[in-house]
Amino acid sequence: MSLADWLGPQEWQAVALSLRVSLVATLASLPFATAIAWLLARRSFPGHGLLSGIVHLPLILPPVVTGYLLLITFGTQGPVGSLLKPLGIVFAFRWTGAALAAAIMAFPLMVRAIRLGFEAVDPKLEQAAATLGAPRVWIFATVTLPLMMPAILAGATLGFAKAMGEFGATITFVSNIPGQTQTLPSAIYAFLETPGGEGPALRLVLVSVVVAMGAVLLSEVLARRAAQRI
Amino acid sequence: MSLSVAFRHGFPGLDLDVAFEAPVGVTALFGPSGCGKSTTINAIAGLLRPDSGRIALDGRVLFDGRTNLAPQERRIGYVFQDARLFPHLTVERNLRYPARWRRGAGRDFDRIVEMLALGPLLQRRPATLSGGEKQRTAIGRALLSDPALLVMDEPLAALDDSRKAEIMPWLERLRDEVRLPILYVSHSVPEVLRLATTLVLMQRGRVTHSGPLETILADPRLAPELGAREAGALIHATVEGHEPDGMLRVRTAAGPMLLQEVEAATGQELRLRVLAHEVILSRDPPQGLSALNVLPATVVQVSGGLVQLTLGDQRMLAQVTPRSVETLGLTPGAACFAIVKSVSVLPS
Repeated sequence: MSLADWLGPQEWQAVALSLRVSLVATLASLPFATAIAWLLARRSFPGHGLLSGIVHLPLILPPVVTGYLLLITFGTQGPVGSLLKPLGIVFAFRWTGAALAAAIMAFPLMVRAIRLGFEAVDPKLEQAAATLGAPRVWIFATVTLPLMMPAILAGATLGFAKAMGEFGATITFVSNIPGQTQTLPSAIYAFLETPGGEGPALRLVLVSVVVAMGAVLLSEVLARRAAQRI
Repeated sequence: MSLSVAFRHGFPGLDLDVAFEAPVGVTALFGPSGCGKSTTINAIAGLLRPDSGRIALDGRVLFDGRTNLAPQERRIGYVFQDARLFPHLTVERNLRYPARWRRGAGRDFDRIVEMLALGPLLQRRPATLSGGEKQRTAIGRALLSDPALLVMDEPLAALDDSRKAEIMPWLERLRDEVRLPILYVSHSVPEVLRLATTLVLMQRGRVTHSGPLETILADPRLAPELGAREAGALIHATVEGHEPDGMLRVRTAAGPMLLQEVEAATGQELRLRVLAHEVILSRDPPQGLSALNVLPATVVQVSGGLVQLTLGDQRMLAQVTPRSVETLGLTPGAACFAIVKSVSVLPS
């Protein structure tokens, strides 16, 4: 019996959608999270504390509030949503909206993990590279980034796991449409609300556990491999 | 080639006002910890921007308030005390790191790998190297960045004595084989004696004296800065031949001298160290002494228990008590005899 047979079509849809949403959310926000982490770890500028506060906001706010803020900002009538609509970019009630919500919710966790990585890289090594003639961008790519790879992997895993589990902001922002925005947690919620839905719900719970464990184990392996090279 | 340095920089608790010239050869920046030596070379290498001043290498301005070249543009090879090898790269990739960015860098790869005996280490990672091997790699990497000046920040300070002894010959080879001015930061007199040609003395953010090593060593007023036990002259000698009893006969600016238990060939140049407390003074020609090296000398000055003598063109120091200065009448111009109890030969 294959995995697709074991899961019903709606369950399978939810799993596939959640994987896609989480993967896109993680990969798309990783460069931004790295840039913000660098700013917070290595630069001092007016508004440093404010930026840190804004980045951490989704961690502190009730997810429903974040979802509602996304809805009024990125909804088709919202100030950003109405600007993007003519360009063909629509978030409201689409899987892309679920990815945006997941990315925003995962962002502070990714930034925190990656920031620790920046702080662990000895700036003296970067100085040494500068005396050897390497431009700053090259130093970043050949010294800083490789040395903090374990932290970036940890940040990505944490972000992916958070995205897989994101519920409150997603359901508020893009609702719970099967095949469109019904992610794994939304599906579990929907099944539990339906009489006789305990079976599918339990199967999805199992999938959640397996995916989460798999992600953590994979990142452990990758991080260890990265650390061995150091 | 010469490096010309003059800058001011304020730190909480230390104001630096540093000025000196470093001619060709090895210039040692010498002084106690916290006197501003490392800050000085960081300013020269561009890792620290001084408040004001001018730093120029061969007439090329590195810093003068308006100009402030980035470290990348200065062509100064920096050997750090803690080596600072890239931990994720092999020794070979550490050595080749500068090659992409410096024209002419890496050209001498094979020669420098051979000179520093890095061949067997090339595929190793820094974490698996000993302290001495790390420093050798760091020296190689700095040399392969095609530098116009090499600065070394106490490269031996983190090593134990046997590792120091292992690295020292490489540094001497570097001085003698690579035509490159070197600025060497140290607070160790033995290191300075073996390597330096010029000495810059620093104290509390100021350069107190600078000049050729021999001149500084033979100045009694500077002895306290170098440490009283280390006071004494450095004498250049040429081996003339061997006596029948095996003693070595050398020629020096102070006159002929005899050395014991030294292996050297005729014509070889030696650097002799005559410590001030190994020299006794006598106003009359001494007789019936076991000491072999008795040299006629003239008193130049007396300062802090040290008598500076001139022997031909050679300056020398002798340690005497104030009472002896009094009873012997050791005033400037007084003729006397310097009885040298022992001479050590500096390895070179």
